[in-house]
Amino acid sequence: MPALCTECEAEVVLDSSTEVGEIIQCPDCGMDLEVTSVEPPTVAPAPEEEEDWGE
Amino acid sequence: MKIGVLCSLIRKEEKLLFEAFRERGIPFERIDDREIVLELHRRQWDYDVVLERCINQSHALHTVKYLNDCGVQTVNRYEVINTCGDKILTNLALVRDGVPTPRVAVAFTPESALRTIERMGYPVVLKPAVGSWGRLLSKVNDREAAESILEHKETLGSYQHSIFYIQEYVEKHGRDIRAFVVGDETICAIYRTSPHWITNTARGGVATDCPITPELDDLCVRAAHAVGGGVVAIDLFETEGGFLVNEINHTTEFRNSSAPTGVDIPAKIVEYVVQVAGEQRRQA
Repeated sequence: MPALCTECEAEVVLDSSTEVGEIIQCPDCGMDLEVTSVEPPTVAPAPEEEEDWGE
Repeated sequence: MKIGVLCSLIRKEEKLLFEAFRERGIPFERIDDREIVLELHRRQWDYDVVLERCINQSHALHTVKYLNDCGVQTVNRYEVINTCGDKILTNLALVRDGVPTPRVAVAFTPESALRTIERMGYPVVLKPAVGSWGRLLSKVNDREAAESILEHKETLGSYQHSIFYIQEYVEKHGRDIRAFVVGDETICAIYRTSPHWITNTARGGVATDCPITPELDDLCVRAAHAVGGGVVAIDLFETEGGFLVNEINHTTEFRNSSAPTGVDIPAKIVEYVVQVAGEQRRQA
């Protein structure tokens, strides 16, 4: 069962190596999504970049 | 052996690190810095080591300080994160230890910053003291640009943007170097090539292998030790007078660097983390 994009409701298929917390793109609308669960697969809008993000 | 990985969003780097742990059969526990609450009076933790991989500098800094105070070893340690997270502190540490860097001045008002820029000569580079990925870097070519950028920083930015970090502009002829230091070894390095003066791979710089010469290795290890050691990435300029250390990153991104160098960077990091955990166990 794929996850549904929170923006366009397109089906988003997670591959077996996907991690919770990973950022993926909706294949239809290109929205950045955060994987919130892999079993069952769910996604949420990815957080906006913050000022202290980096390496 | 109990290993924690402090992180939130999972970048390519964290995935590669997780894979490296799993390939070696080393269990680890993810600690989500968005979920953790630092109960300051709780002092007992049973981690042998925690690998810090936060995307938020502020989360990393405070959580690692707390863990270190509780006696938990971390990669990297609080002092390293605190120093590398602030370009002024980084430069102070490098200058203190005699590591060559571009000329840098720090000013706290637009007026003193402008006087300093005029004295240093154009162009100069203005950087936020705290920031990453090449964000909000300004190459200032003349007085009019300097006045405008300083006014914008003072008016639109937080107080941190009124701490003016002014660096001499070093002509890097389209490339700079990023070197990866793990413990006491420079494990590999890349050239970052770009027609733009900002060469970060996050901004489109292209990575190719850079050979590790004894001179480069020595300088990088000295730079790493100056900020407290551990796992760090050193950004350097090549000049006629030798290498200059520009910046040091403490939660290094390496997704574009293993392929051109042929060095398994996540494996090297994981092996170092296990080594630190082993040392902690022996001392306990």
